[in-house]
Amino acid sequence: MSRANRSVEELYGEAKGGRRLALGRLLTMVERGGVDAESIGELANPDVGKAHIVGITGAPGAGKSTLTGQLVALLTVAGRRPAVLAVDPSSPLTGGAILGDRIRMDDIGGGSSSSESAAGAGSARPETAFIRSMATRGHSGGLALAVPLAVRLFDAMGYDPVIIETVGVGQVEVDVVGAADTAVVVVTPGMGDAVQANKAGLLEVADVFVVNKADRPGANDVRRDLELMLDLSHVTGQEEVGGHRPPIVMSTALDGTGADSVWAAVEEHLLFLNDSGRRLDRRHHRIRTEIRALMEQALGRRIDDAMNSTMGIDLVAQVEDGSRSPTAASAQLLDRLLGPQ
Amino acid sequence: MTDQPPPLRIVLAKLGLDGHDRGLKVVARILRDAGMEVIYLGLRQTTDSIVAAAEQEDADAIGLSMHNAGHMTLGPNMVKALADADLPIPVIIGGIVPDEDVAPLLEAGVAAVLGPGASAEEVANTVRNAVSAAV
Ligand SMILES: Nc1nc2c(ncn2[C@@H]2O[C@H](COP(=O)(O)OP(=O)(O)OP(=O)(O)O)[C@@H](O)[C@H]2O)c(=O)[nH]1
Ligand SMILES: [Mg+2]
Repeated sequence: MSRANRSVEELYGEAKGGRRLALGRLLTMVERGGVDAESIGELANPDVGKAHIVGITGAPGAGKSTLTGQLVALLTVAGRRPAVLAVDPSSPLTGGAILGDRIRMDDIGGGSSSSESAAGAGSARPETAFIRSMATRGHSGGLALAVPLAVRLFDAMGYDPVIIETVGVGQVEVDVVGAADTAVVVVTPGMGDAVQANKAGLLEVADVFVVNKADRPGANDVRRDLELMLDLSHVTGQEEVGGHRPPIVMSTALDGTGADSVWAAVEEHLLFLNDSGRRLDRRHHRIRTEIRALMEQALGRRIDDAMNSTMGIDLVAQVEDGSRSPTAASAQLLDRLLGPQ
Repeated sequence: MTDQPPPLRIVLAKLGLDGHDRGLKVVARILRDAGMEVIYLGLRQTTDSIVAAAEQEDADAIGLSMHNAGHMTLGPNMVKALADADLPIPVIIGGIVPDEDVAPLLEAGVAAVLGPGASAEEVANTVRNAVSAAV
């Protein structure tokens, strides 16, 4: 299959028919944004809305990928078809990236490898899990657009659940996980991890806590710290907002101990969402966020155009020579762009 | 937003059971520093697992590290597995390959062979050239 000769529609059809490479290509288009990504969004639209979207986040090295590999392994054994989107940062210097999440997932055998080869060759091999690594590529807002669209595409292809792994550091990443149906926050023993997670704003978004590396000393201390923080949010009424006290599950992802309990807690949260009607709230929030991100991108392009127009260049010069303030210049450009407010 | 070409995506793996992945990690750093996205599979991969990863990741090329004598069978096996999957992307072999084996490997469809002495620039350029030649 050569690169250039397939239309988005053809690729979409092939991907629906089970061709992994076609889905791989579509995901690349999603990452690149632009008109192809828009067409994919249109094509997928009628098919979305079934998948359970699960975000997994936590500090670098907490064991997110290893745990995801364990979850994928037990899900495929249970006959599910999980997809994983593993997001890793790009180097701000070169734009390159080493995407190393997959190695941990494949190690466990939940990934792409062994299970499929047994099914024989051919272009539409039945597959179980689909794992895709995505670099943040440092573009502003790029992640905010690419991740939701990739998730919709997986959903449209019948993958369920769709698991997103991100490092819980940047605001965009926290938002991505916060927009999932179920947000899993992974913490580990040592170095005040629970406190760090709190600072990063992860505690507010958590629906399930996992204390991973439970084989290490201090795991029970982390658990206690988390319980204390949750008690506190109970007192302050913050818990009421979520309507659900996040369970804390112990896990040793290295050997899979506790992975079944992690998944049980995730499923239980989905039941809670469905029973309480909150799943629709999450979806509502997700849709708003996505539309907003799309508008921001489109507006950003028009702002760039306005800055580069004759008027923009003149206004910059006027601010430079002191005859106009930046505020006045921006107001004038905005009027031009959007009409007087 | 940016008019730069999108980064190349390269799957890096070691086939078979041998050894360590220090060399492969160095190559991963080199390619990242050259602005590429490296999907790092590490040790103990099979041709099937590499094909599956390359499909899912929409890789532009595959880099294989070899340090035992397996390259004469594993290299061509990889090329064949990709052809069987209708995935026309170049395979680049790095590691210790005797001079007399290079020509037969290229003959068998391997895009390039990089010795242990290759400079960072050589590594990055070889990958770039292999990708442009394959498009
Ligand atoms: N002792 C112990 N080590 C673990 C456990 N889970 C993962 N690890 C190890 O922790 C390291 C990091 O694991 P990953 O799964 O790559 O962690 P991650 O959170 O995905 O890391 P990033 O994606 O780089 O942020 C690896 O060396 C794992 O083998 C565990 O339960 N116990
Ligand atoms: Mg990871």
